[in-house]
Amino acid sequence: MATSHDSATITVKPTVPWYRDRNARAIAFQILALSAVILLGWYLVSNTMHNMATRNIATGWSFLGREAGFGISEHVIEYSPADSYGRAILVGFLNTIKVAVIGIVLATIIGVIVGLARLSPNWLVARMATVYVESLRNVPLLLQLIIWYGLIIAMPGPRQAVQMIPGVFLTGRGVYYPSIEAEPVHTWMAVLFLVGIALTWGYARWAKRRQDETGNAAPLLLPALGFIVGLPLVAWLVAGAPLTLGIPELKGFNFAGGSVLSPEFAAMVVGLSTYTGAFIAEVVRSGIQAVSHGQTEAARALGLRPMLVTRLVVFPQSLRVIVPPLTSQYLNLTKNSSLAVAIGYPDLVSTGNTALNQTGQAVECIAIIMGVYLAISLAISLFMNWYNKHIALVER
Amino acid sequence: MTAAADADLIPARRPPASETGALGWARHNLFSGWLNTIITIVAAFVAYKVIWGALSYTVFNAVWTGTPQTCQDMLGKGACWLAIQDRYRFILFGPFDYDQQWRGALVIFLFVAMVGLSAIRRFWGKKLIYGWVAALAVVLWLMYGGLGLKVVETSKWGGLPLTLLLAFAGIIFAFPLGIVLALGRRSHMPAIKALCVAYIELIRGVPLISVLFMASVMFPLFLPENITIDKVLRAQVGIILFTAAYTAEAIRGGLQAVPKGQYEAADALGLGYWRKMSLIVLPQALKISIPSIVNNFISTLKDTSLVTIIALYDLLNTSKIAFNEPQWRSFFFDGFVVAGLIFFVFCFSISRISIKIERVLDVGHKRR
Repeated sequence: MATSHDSATITVKPTVPWYRDRNARAIAFQILALSAVILLGWYLVSNTMHNMATRNIATGWSFLGREAGFGISEHVIEYSPADSYGRAILVGFLNTIKVAVIGIVLATIIGVIVGLARLSPNWLVARMATVYVESLRNVPLLLQLIIWYGLIIAMPGPRQAVQMIPGVFLTGRGVYYPSIEAEPVHTWMAVLFLVGIALTWGYARWAKRRQDETGNAAPLLLPALGFIVGLPLVAWLVAGAPLTLGIPELKGFNFAGGSVLSPEFAAMVVGLSTYTGAFIAEVVRSGIQAVSHGQTEAARALGLRPMLVTRLVVFPQSLRVIVPPLTSQYLNLTKNSSLAVAIGYPDLVSTGNTALNQTGQAVECIAIIMGVYLAISLAISLFMNWYNKHIALVER
Repeated sequence: MTAAADADLIPARRPPASETGALGWARHNLFSGWLNTIITIVAAFVAYKVIWGALSYTVFNAVWTGTPQTCQDMLGKGACWLAIQDRYRFILFGPFDYDQQWRGALVIFLFVAMVGLSAIRRFWGKKLIYGWVAALAVVLWLMYGGLGLKVVETSKWGGLPLTLLLAFAGIIFAFPLGIVLALGRRSHMPAIKALCVAYIELIRGVPLISVLFMASVMFPLFLPENITIDKVLRAQVGIILFTAAYTAEAIRGGLQAVPKGQYEAADALGLGYWRKMSLIVLPQALKISIPSIVNNFISTLKDTSLVTIIALYDLLNTSKIAFNEPQWRSFFFDGFVVAGLIFFVFCFSISRISIKIERVLDVGHKRR
């Protein structure tokens, strides 16, 4: 080219005007979008402030300290109508956690069983699992919860209670079941139980390292049992083996003794766990199917027994596929527990909504509800992300 | 081989009867080994109990004719279809003007017809989207009235038409919003990206009911004093805002699956951002995300039942209220069975359509 022989330096002038420059446009566009959002926000906030002023709605968080004045039928911690709104909402939050944790455990059990059943070589079992999954997945959860609740409260009263197994009574007022009455030593047993789990974990790590180094497998089952079951048992025996069983007995018109699951709680747990269980079943099924058959064959060719093939080869690989969608199912279950408001279980949304109706402070109450769910969602996904990273396949 | 050797060949024997036909199938699939046999027997017993129980409740012991007293006698043993015969118009259409309920029936028919058309491959394309928008306009006209039809206030809308309207309008309006959010989330501009991520994650982190509460309680506070928006519209906006976040994630999945070469090729052709997206990337990305959007739609359809909690007359609420009459009060369960069946038929058929779409487009990430 002719210009290449020119000794004069060529200064390339920008031929595009500034408004066609990519960076300038990006900045302008972002400023535009941000100011639109800020303007919209300002417009909404000013409207809200104005509306609340004309309607005499108080603002601020001071209402949390005022007396709530409404009762809550179920509470994990002490609560009476004389307590504050803040405590009422806390009680609701703990109820949400309670139903979510129990629901997650049961849903996982149901999901794994049904998911495996769908893959069963037994035609009848596989078909039944399919019918279960399809019929529960395609009907709204709210409808299912209302049906469960309706069925439970339609049960006969305590006097004609249905005895499912000795000591467990199904009534329209809830499920009565025997429970062990609290003793001081139980706290120690719980602590020792946790200590036992920690010891087992440490021991298992040590045993694995030893096996990696020397090839000698250390026995695991017996020491684990000793740590987890033995330690609390010893404490219990040392304390003189105190045991008083509270057994529900019909006294007058109701049961006395034992413990009771309220109809609302029972309906929530049954509804949430069967519904989410159907989704988890699909997650488990697709996770196991995702492990290629060659892996199973290779493991068999190495001479592993079928149990070990599942435990060491198929399961760990399917877990990598299962965990991410499983996380979102857990999140869904937690969020779906908010439907409790429809059947009167006093969860976070329900108590928050009552507070809203009594104080009229909609913005604060809805902000609390949303904020708490957001925090729960973030916490679960952070934990599951950590776990997922932990089990992820380390590739080259 | 010689002909003689051929003649000596023994013709292949048929497999033993126990290995073929129904018997062989049963042997392999039901009775292979003692454990499997036990499982089969237990499962067969459970299946028999469930099927027989359901049949005798809904058919054999059910009350088809008679008086409420006949139903009362069979309470808990058989379904009271008598109550459904009496109340089905309320379950299906809610408090909609009685003499105008044919309009609701037409709305249901229109939606079913559109779903049916959408399942036929020949109709897939841009025209189908226009068809849906047109159908939505006709539905709104049928529901509200005007232009020669009697006006029915939204406070009287109810039943299946309302449920379908909330769900379909929800997904149709959430679609463009979802595209914008998904593009924003993939954008290189940090402020835009942050805004979209914040919106999507905020909405996905909270339950729908809290969004609906916000829509019903806080929207009136957000707007200037003299403007009031309708209760149904408020719920509809809440559903759209909620669905948009999930649609955005489905579309983002599609965008990520488009190979990078496609973006670069569009750049090389000198296409600007909007042309690159609308001509090259989005057509491919949307095709990939259709199955997940359809699955989102099934969730939306089920989730519309939550408007019951903010006291709209959707299908779930009408089937509940229909049984508030004193003589039918004890048979609430049968109303929910009917509502559940209607939901099941819709959700199940749409999920089958979704599977079909996935198979035909062959974009699923199936492992072979």
